Amino acid sequence: MIPLLEGYQVAVPRSLTEALGELARHPGARPFAGGTDLMVLLEAGHLPPGRYVSLQHLSELAGIAETPDGGVAIGALTTYTAIQRSRRLADEYPLLALAARETGGVATQNRGTIGGNIANASPAADTPPVLLVYDADLELVSASGSRRIPYSSFHTGYKQMAIAPGELIARVHLPSRTGWGRSAGGRDYYRKVGTRRAQAISKVCLAAAIRVDAGAVQDVRIALGSVAPTVIRAVRTEESLRGQPLDAGAIAAAERTLLSEIVPIDDIRSSARYRTRVAANLLREFLQG
Amino acid sequence: MADRTHPAVACRLNGRPTALHGHPMSRLLDAIRATGLTGTKEGCGEGECGACAVLIDGTLVNSCLTPLVHADGASITTIEGVAEGDMLHEVQEAFLECGGAQCGICTPGMILAAVELLSRAAEPTEQDVRVALAGNLCRCTGYMRIFESVLDAARRR
Amino acid sequence: MGPPQVGRSARRKEGRAKVTGQALYVDDVAPAGVLHGVTVRSPAPRGRITAIHFDPAIPWDEFVVVTAADIPGRNRVKLIADDQPYLAADVVNHAEEPVVLIAHPDRARADEARRRVTIDIDPLPAVLDIEASLAARDIIWGTDNVFKRYEVVKGDVDRAFSSAVVVVEGEYETGAQEQLYIEPNGMIAAVDRDHGITVWGSMQCPFYIHSALADLFGVPVERVRVIQMETGGGFGGKEEYPSMIAGHTALLAWKSGKPVKMIYGRAEDMAATTKRHPARTTHRTAVSRDGRLLAMDIDFTIDGGAYCTLSPVVLSRGTIHAAGPYACPNVRVRGRAVATNVPPHGAFRGFGAPQSIFALERHMDRVAAAIGLPADEFRRRNFIRPGDTLAVGQTINEPVDLPALLDRALSTSGYHGKRKRFVRENAGSAVKKGIGLAAFMHGAGFTGSGEVHLQSVVAVEGTAEGWVRVLAASTEIGQGTNTIFSQIAADALGVEPSDVEIAQPDTAIVPNSGPTVASRTCMVVGKLVESAALGVKHALIDAGYLPAVYTRGEFQTACARYVAAFGTLRGTSQYQPPPGLRWDDDAYLGDAYGTYAWAVYVAEVSVDTATWEVRVDDFVAVQEVGKVINPTLAAGQIEGGVAQGIGWALYEDVVWREGRMANAQMTNYIMPTSLDVPPIRVYFEEIPYAHGPGGAKGIGELPMDGPAPAILNAIADATGADVRRLPLTPERLMAVMEPARG
Repeated sequence: MIPLLEGYQVAVPRSLTEALGELARHPGARPFAGGTDLMVLLEAGHLPPGRYVSLQHLSELAGIAETPDGGVAIGALTTYTAIQRSRRLADEYPLLALAARETGGVATQNRGTIGGNIANASPAADTPPVLLVYDADLELVSASGSRRIPYSSFHTGYKQMAIAPGELIARVHLPSRTGWGRSAGGRDYYRKVGTRRAQAISKVCLAAAIRVDAGAVQDVRIALGSVAPTVIRAVRTEESLRGQPLDAGAIAAAERTLLSEIVPIDDIRSSARYRTRVAANLLREFLQG
Repeated sequence: MADRTHPAVACRLNGRPTALHGHPMSRLLDAIRATGLTGTKEGCGEGECGACAVLIDGTLVNSCLTPLVHADGASITTIEGVAEGDMLHEVQEAFLECGGAQCGICTPGMILAAVELLSRAAEPTEQDVRVALAGNLCRCTGYMRIFESVLDAARRR
Repeated sequence: MGPPQVGRSARRKEGRAKVTGQALYVDDVAPAGVLHGVTVRSPAPRGRITAIHFDPAIPWDEFVVVTAADIPGRNRVKLIADDQPYLAADVVNHAEEPVVLIAHPDRARADEARRRVTIDIDPLPAVLDIEASLAARDIIWGTDNVFKRYEVVKGDVDRAFSSAVVVVEGEYETGAQEQLYIEPNGMIAAVDRDHGITVWGSMQCPFYIHSALADLFGVPVERVRVIQMETGGGFGGKEEYPSMIAGHTALLAWKSGKPVKMIYGRAEDMAATTKRHPARTTHRTAVSRDGRLLAMDIDFTIDGGAYCTLSPVVLSRGTIHAAGPYACPNVRVRGRAVATNVPPHGAFRGFGAPQSIFALERHMDRVAAAIGLPADEFRRRNFIRPGDTLAVGQTINEPVDLPALLDRALSTSGYHGKRKRFVRENAGSAVKKGIGLAAFMHGAGFTGSGEVHLQSVVAVEGTAEGWVRVLAASTEIGQGTNTIFSQIAADALGVEPSDVEIAQPDTAIVPNSGPTVASRTCMVVGKLVESAALGVKHALIDAGYLPAVYTRGEFQTACARYVAAFGTLRGTSQYQPPPGLRWDDDAYLGDAYGTYAWAVYVAEVSVDTATWEVRVDDFVAVQEVGKVINPTLAAGQIEGGVAQGIGWALYEDVVWREGRMANAQMTNYIMPTSLDVPPIRVYFEEIPYAHGPGGAKGIGELPMDGPAPAILNAIADATGADVRRLPLTPERLMAVMEPARG
């Protein structure tokens, strides 16, 4: 459809301070980054009129930096393309690039940002499961200060987030992955099953990392998309594996536990049954290495 | 009918300083087409088909999903800006030689995607081409001659 | 005279305009003062319209509004049964049926107003699939919901079955498919006292719209002018549908006195316009133990949607192709086109044949397996040969050699070696590979006496500058009409393609060379281009302006001189049927097509058993096509058709909810991207057809027929799954491979 735009106001702050002031003054104002999600909603008639704040000039929120603890801080306005091109991320956080290239095509990746993707809160998002696997923290800022929140606590329900009016996602912090690398017996896994090989909304997505020593699971992270109202970490499945020898019995038990943690639905793209079977198959594929 | 109730967005459009008019959340696609540059097409309005693709500061974007406000200060290249006067770009020449265009509606976006690829990859493989063009849908060609065109253009450079 | 143009990959005539963004499609232009038109559509699949409410908050005096009551002529889209209204008056028979038209100078306001009109409908029971239609508990069309029946009989199937030892049965289903041209439907219309009604737009058939509008407005055809603009894809989706949108746009223009433009949004185009007919086919086949077909009993039913549109012709083509390129002494094909309360289905490349050929070729693999013969050997033993007669009553007189096509397809694809290797490798792999084939033919041109009834005409004119112009109604929609016409005319005249202009299809200027459909443009109309051009040449020679042998320069001079002397130089050619063709219009039997193109396609797939995703890894398309006029364009047609066939086979699922397409977005209706297509390897054989230009047959629709059955045969080969239905999404493949689990 072609929307009437009279009811939409757009503020274009030139700095982070200005943006936060704008959000403090207008608590209902909604920030947007690349605008790819927002414009789709607008053209579909699903974007409510109101005040919107463009983050396009906030260079403070772009960029990927090392942090003192050996991890990285990814600015919320980092695009999928920038994520794919980052050497630092490629070395230590390889799943990020894999996920980033799954979203849309080149044009979408050039505009879509990690902060925007998180804030869109789709349970089918491609990168968020990777953030769960990498134990991400979010840094939220507002006119009154900043705070950190584990990303695993951020999504509280379908399209619901633990973010207050006036707050912006500023950075995604990833801790160091010492101990998870190949030389330490670590293995990462990412697989998105979509409707086709590119430009596809996820039907099931599994991101995972495991550390195995002498055949036993030292630690594991398992996260999924498109099988619940939010992206989820399969914590009970992880628990069932920790400390266990990684054998057929443990794998079968993990599959069963996984099925008790996911609640996939039938929708326009796929079926609950398909998602259930594929989630279990992907888990097995990951664990069997 | 240009909407002049909002401040104009100042940009460079195919090298020329241009003021684009419209609501800040209107689509860059519409603002471009309103200047008379109708080479950029609307195929879907949802950012799926890539027919609306343009280059902003050298990077490929879907103009149907780009709010006009994001064009502020940008250097925009549309299909009309790809040739240099009468001299076609290698990609355009290759599309003509290899049959990369059939009905032509996807062609502007497809050519820009190819131009962007070649600006960052001098010797792309066919797989590189497939990945770079995955956001540009073509219903006519089955893509084979598009791949050939892009690889041919790379060789011509 | 230089080397021949026919057979060369001459560059696309309008290519430069397309690669520079200069080509003008309908949304690229707008007359001054244009209004934007939108359509208010039925929310319900069937019912009586009890009221139409216009939200009083909208200043309706700013808008132009048209309903059925406004229509000056006949509120019926002129086609076959003339049952479909332009605007619903008292009843609606499908969701998205047009009811009210609105126009306004501002496109966003027009769109907002559209959302503020509500149509109250007293629902009636809706018939939503073939089964419900055939059950006939609710009659929604005619007396029994059947648009058309058609039966083709050869020999005596019942007697053959009574003594048959091996009988194989199967039921096969294909779903609707959206044409998904990247340019949505669009029209501009202007109506005035002096010029009558003029429309410009995206279309395949200007003269269909021409006669439809004359009927809609109750005016003589001379008062209507239809002009095709650059068209961004058609595939049949712009064959008959454009009469509807042209009528709507013209009605708004007529009522307002202003020019009106109507461009469909993608969601509207997908939900409201025609799609490929869904089909259900049952096969019952008797075969001898040594692998010979004895009898084929085929039931072919297509879902036509709410109105007749072109269903009778889709049915006839599907019925005639249903028994394929095989020699079988006893054949019965019973075809039915039935009505349902969904948006009417219509033309889409292949036009019934892909549906019946899918069923046949999947079934042939199962028959082969039932008697323990390899799929290729079974085909080889049953291929039709010159002198055999098809069930429709056509004796194949052309020198077809299907075994040779099969051989080439098998060797090019590495079929036998791969089959052996896959059997070995699949055992230890989660990804199963398979390879499958399909053999088929596709009749070119209109069925039966269709070409005779069309009486197509082409003109070629010389100009005062010495170049020529081809005047035909055949449209360029990407397939290469303009280019091949210029090559054909250039050869006939001994000039260059650049000396030949193709006139824009404008009903005020060009003669009616028939619609751009049915794989006829090159073969039938191209032949008329050739003969009309020869008419120009002979006019110059006979008048003494040219010797029998001349140069390009001499032609140009002669042409210019002749026009200067006589004012016009024009050659005209009208279709004449090839001698010896016999067709019975009442029984609808006989020589169904002037000629067929013949093909064998091979698909290689990988099936991931963890996700049931299917990837086509390699595709070989071998076809005999008479003569390749332009290798690049011809290969482009095959490659594009194969990609559409891959989409139909694996991805393009129309999700129906209450008779409406629920996934009417390109995000959710999945066509292949550049990462989803395999290498598509195309090979041509040429056995010239005497009545085509340079020997050419038609090929536009041929490539739609082979991919789906070849792919599903490959999937069955890889997995052992007895797959029967398109699209074979991963969810459906999972259900076939793991039926026991709840």
